[in-house]
Amino acid sequence: MSLIEFLLHNRHEVVELALEHLFLVAVSTGIAILIGVPLGILLTRRPGLSKPILGFANIMQTVPSLALFGFLIPLNLYLFHVKILGGIGARTAIVALVLYALLPIIRNTFTGINGVDPAIREAGRGMGMTDRQLLLQVELPLSLGVILAGVRVATVICVGTATIAAAIDAGGLGRYIFRGLRMNDNVLILAGALPAALIALTADLILGYAERAILVGGAIKQRFKKIIWASAVVAAVLAIGGAMVFYSGKTGERIAVGSKDFTEQVILGELLAQAIEAKTGLPVERRFDLGGSLAHEALVAGEIDTYVEYTGTALLAILKGRPSNDRREVYSQVKSEYANRFKADWMEPLGFNNTFAILVRGDDAARLGLKTVSDVAKVSPQWRAGFGQDFMSRADGYPGFAKAYGLKFQEIREMDLSLTYRALAEHQVDLIAGNSTDGLISRYGFVQLEDDRRYFPPYDAVPVVRQSTLDKHPALRGILADLRGILTVDEMRKLNYSVDGEKRAVKDVVREFLAQKGFTP
Amino acid sequence: MASEKGIEFHHVSFCLPDGRALISDLTLDIARGETLVLLGRSGSGKTTTMKLINRLIDPTAGEVRVDGKSTLDWDPIQLRRRIGYVIQEVGLFPHLNVEENIGVVPRLEGWDPDRIRDRARSLLVTVGLDPDRFAARFPAQLSGGQRQRVGVARALAADPPVILLDEPFGALDPITRRDIQQEFRLLQERLKKTMVFVTHDVREALLLANRIGLVKEGKMVLLGPPADLLHSNDPEARAFAACVLDEESPGSPR
Repeated sequence: MSLIEFLLHNRHEVVELALEHLFLVAVSTGIAILIGVPLGILLTRRPGLSKPILGFANIMQTVPSLALFGFLIPLNLYLFHVKILGGIGARTAIVALVLYALLPIIRNTFTGINGVDPAIREAGRGMGMTDRQLLLQVELPLSLGVILAGVRVATVICVGTATIAAAIDAGGLGRYIFRGLRMNDNVLILAGALPAALIALTADLILGYAERAILVGGAIKQRFKKIIWASAVVAAVLAIGGAMVFYSGKTGERIAVGSKDFTEQVILGELLAQAIEAKTGLPVERRFDLGGSLAHEALVAGEIDTYVEYTGTALLAILKGRPSNDRREVYSQVKSEYANRFKADWMEPLGFNNTFAILVRGDDAARLGLKTVSDVAKVSPQWRAGFGQDFMSRADGYPGFAKAYGLKFQEIREMDLSLTYRALAEHQVDLIAGNSTDGLISRYGFVQLEDDRRYFPPYDAVPVVRQSTLDKHPALRGILADLRGILTVDEMRKLNYSVDGEKRAVKDVVREFLAQKGFTP
Repeated sequence: MASEKGIEFHHVSFCLPDGRALISDLTLDIARGETLVLLGRSGSGKTTTMKLINRLIDPTAGEVRVDGKSTLDWDPIQLRRRIGYVIQEVGLFPHLNVEENIGVVPRLEGWDPDRIRDRARSLLVTVGLDPDRFAARFPAQLSGGQRQRVGVARALAADPPVILLDEPFGALDPITRRDIQQEFRLLQERLKKTMVFVTHDVREALLLANRIGLVKEGKMVLLGPPADLLHSNDPEARAFAACVLDEESPGSPR
């Protein structure tokens, strides 16, 4: 499907995501202006503060956005019983975006006001203006051009950073980008990136035009004063109103189902959601595509009630336990630790084991007679491997794996997991560590090498639910128990391929699958 | 009670935080309606003396009195609104047009908009600019001489009893400067304001002053009517006087 076809076909969703995106940007920039301009003014009055405050804003700019999101989610900050910080969703995204947008606004306000000709400032003072009159009638109007330039920069930064907000379920065009990366789909990536770039360009153009239109010789034209005030009021109302919309949001009686940010997880999330909807009639809120370990953090923070976790991931990445190959032992260990530490219950396993799959191209496997990972040892010094960031860093990942099999590669290329499949298919690398359930494995004709030394721990997929949710809705336990063993590895791979390969909608794929399993209301 | 002395300096000194004295032990009275010209070289302390009057700076020793009251006892905002102020390079607000620039102090004082407008237009006439042509222009659209005239009009706007002028005509070409000096002199006679006028131009001082105060390194070396400057034996006074005599020597274009 071409990009234009896709955009036309999904125009309603594109517009909706673009509006979400715009809203995030407008609210964040608005709040950043409301905070940044007064702060910038304060710095001109108390120059001693400029170093620490500008220093802080500078540091915020250098924090990678995903890291900042990860840092904000576990925080739970309340102001008059309204949660203002923490959790997943637009609230946290807005806080992060505001932090990013602050620097250019504070800095430009500060330098703009300090840049006003001292002779003009002295004329004002000598004429008997109070500090406030000097600020409002002379300094601000004269530095408005510089301040607006700062707002322009902040807006463009926000448009870009807001794409990453999709990782914490804040919506926006980032959804397409993440989905596209996950599904290895350039059209989808462009469908998110192109409108985002257009928004950034348009915002830049409009604000640039505004800058030129209202300014004469670096100062504001008289007749635009009212417009400036009016738009300042509108911005403030929008920022505060928008913030209230988010800050007052309450889940209520809904069950919030989460998922991590890859196709299988979205399918499993949808599976839980449809099963719960079918059997209980409770409204279900879907909060999918949570990046990194955000799904876990969201569960602990009470932002979601349930999601599907893998036993091995929980043991190693979350509990930081020691690798083990015993499926039953791993399951019972995570079950008891989660109950104690996180007040969350592990339900019954869904049936399949999504372990790391060491993959090579089919022709290589046939030519070299590769069947097990051990077989790779003799060719690995001439091979390039491609691994996701996750695999490179986790306890059951690359270092132990290489040691267990005595592997040494000519080169290791660290890239996004979703890109490794394509890299392997296009001969950019010769071996990758994928997921055993990935639909792309059969699509590309890759061969999975057997983990003959049983290095990888089991990754049984199991729904995890907050205990407080189970107490409130005891029926959930039975419904989720019915899902026990519902999916084999092969079925999971097929579902994944339906979505990744055949580009079918997750909702439809899951509905058909549940119906086929006789799981209907 | 209202004294005949509009402004008094009583043993006033002003030192920078590093201890360097810009003004030392200055004592001086300026009568109401008098024009005192502070003459001196660059950096002699003329402008500092002037800023002590409208409290842009406070004396580090001694006392400056305006209308018999120490400037430290004045609310600085009230004080400054009673004192018109024209500075080097004028300091017109670039974002306001001529009429709005002239109306700044009346607006701060809460005048009615119609009255401000009438006042601005009549002041434009006073300083020799056609209100219909100039009221709506921005400072960037004026020549140097026109800007200076607007600067003077702005200082007069709220009819302050005292006007401070800090080298107001310094940046003008000689011909424009001479014209505007002549007009200013007529204006001065009509308005009868107390004026303190800072300049380094002897001819300007001689033309406009009732009295000249010659300032050197923070001290008043000579204070008296213009004729005194030309006949003084003080070396600084002779240096300045020599400038005039050179120019007026036979054979000059005049």
